[in-house]
Amino acid sequence: MQAALAQAYRAESGRVLAALIAQFRDFDLAEEALQDAVIEAARTWPEAGTPANAGAWLLAVARRRALDRLRKAARAKDEAVQQNLALLAGERPDDEAAADIPDERLRLIFTCCHPALSQEAQVALTLRTLCGLPAREIARAFLVPHATMNQRLTRAKAKIRHAGIPYKVPEGPDIPARLNAVLSVIYLIFNAGYAPRNPALSTEALRLCAVLHHLQPLPETAGLWALMELHMARDPARLDASNTLISLKDQDRTLWDRHAIARAKTRLLHALAQSRPGPYQIQAAISALHCEAESWAATDWPQILALYDALYASAPSPVVALNRAVAKAHAGAPEAALKALKALEPELTGYQPFHAAKAELLARCGLPAQAEYARAISLTTTPEEQAFLRQKQQNSP
Amino acid sequence: MQYMALIYSTPGSEAGYEGDLLADYGQFTQEAVAAGVFKAGEALMPVSDASSVRVRGGSTAVTDGPFAETKEVLGGYYLLNCADLDEAIKWAAKIPTAKYGTIEVRPLMVLDR
Repeated sequence: MQAALAQAYRAESGRVLAALIAQFRDFDLAEEALQDAVIEAARTWPEAGTPANAGAWLLAVARRRALDRLRKAARAKDEAVQQNLALLAGERPDDEAAADIPDERLRLIFTCCHPALSQEAQVALTLRTLCGLPAREIARAFLVPHATMNQRLTRAKAKIRHAGIPYKVPEGPDIPARLNAVLSVIYLIFNAGYAPRNPALSTEALRLCAVLHHLQPLPETAGLWALMELHMARDPARLDASNTLISLKDQDRTLWDRHAIARAKTRLLHALAQSRPGPYQIQAAISALHCEAESWAATDWPQILALYDALYASAPSPVVALNRAVAKAHAGAPEAALKALKALEPELTGYQPFHAAKAELLARCGLPAQAEYARAISLTTTPEEQAFLRQKQQNSP
Repeated sequence: MQYMALIYSTPGSEAGYEGDLLADYGQFTQEAVAAGVFKAGEALMPVSDASSVRVRGGSTAVTDGPFAETKEVLGGYYLLNCADLDEAIKWAAKIPTAKYGTIEVRPLMVLDR
């Protein structure tokens, strides 16, 4: 694909595909028609030049191709179908110069992240349709064979069709749960790009979140956007020269992107001012406090502890409870923190961060910590972190 | 579209239901009829009254059961006429057993070709 077309595709495919799906209610037909339009663009743009509104051009051509495909399929069928097609064709102006592309992406994202689909299908479908990523690339990012990913996408599209999953933005009491499903998918995509470093995925997640917020500006969406921006701002300090993770405590804070942090904080404050807090806004606030601190020691732990209390109240999970206990220890109450950790043992035994945190707390309280360090080390997979824990083990009671 | 709402629960779990189960079912059915959503609906006798039929190699085998006392079993169904899955889910959530069991929502297969 030539550069101009590749760029237009990247920028516009989500919007074009959403408009096609809105009109034809058929994921496969929409994808095929867009593919046809891309092939035609590759053929004609080099000579005729790139159209001023590349997205509208692609949509207009794809619409014609979709109608051609439907006509072909319906040729043998009765006249009523042909009449319906005529209506469908007249429904929207066919002229690529005409107006903007209607933005149907909001409906599409809620369809792709419908709770009747498995979360892995939600993620795959969102990346395929809203981000325009080929199945091959999605398969690579999530470490599954290409055929498996193709099958996952095919099944999800079939379920949307067969089960009557609607193509609409949820309303009323459904909104919080449905929005949360969308935000989970976006954050999953972000983390899939952040942990093993596939920056393209993290960028897609940020782009999706920005689009979602543009179309439906809700505080939790802004909260997630700010949270991801804060993660990205700290990214330059996250790895050492040998690509080993550096813990937050030991990062060189001068490498953090101050402009990005300021931007995320403004976004977060604006969201918090709407007085509709939620787990993403709280996590972003915790992250922002870390970003503001000059050093690990200078971190505002009492404030972080208060935020973890709020987070636990709105989204209780053992991992949040673990983080809350760690914050409690840093806020100056290691004995109370240790007691809280021990209560979590049945749920978190075997979870490496739990044993590492417990070992450190035992040592801090002057209690025997050797066995707990040994347990944490046995659960650690990277040699760097094992070495790091061994060193701590040697210096503890 | 037509959706089958299959009502599953663990035998005996209805004992924990707060309220009058039968009356609530009556009210749900009335509401669904009034909304034009109701197509059909029946309750089943317990699994202890069930027989399982299998034809293998041309001969019919009948057994007692199935018995799966700790598992959720089918106790009844509603056939609902809804615009889309979201509407079907909304109605399924109103079925009293949804509070202690599981309602499985399945679209009916359309055989028109």
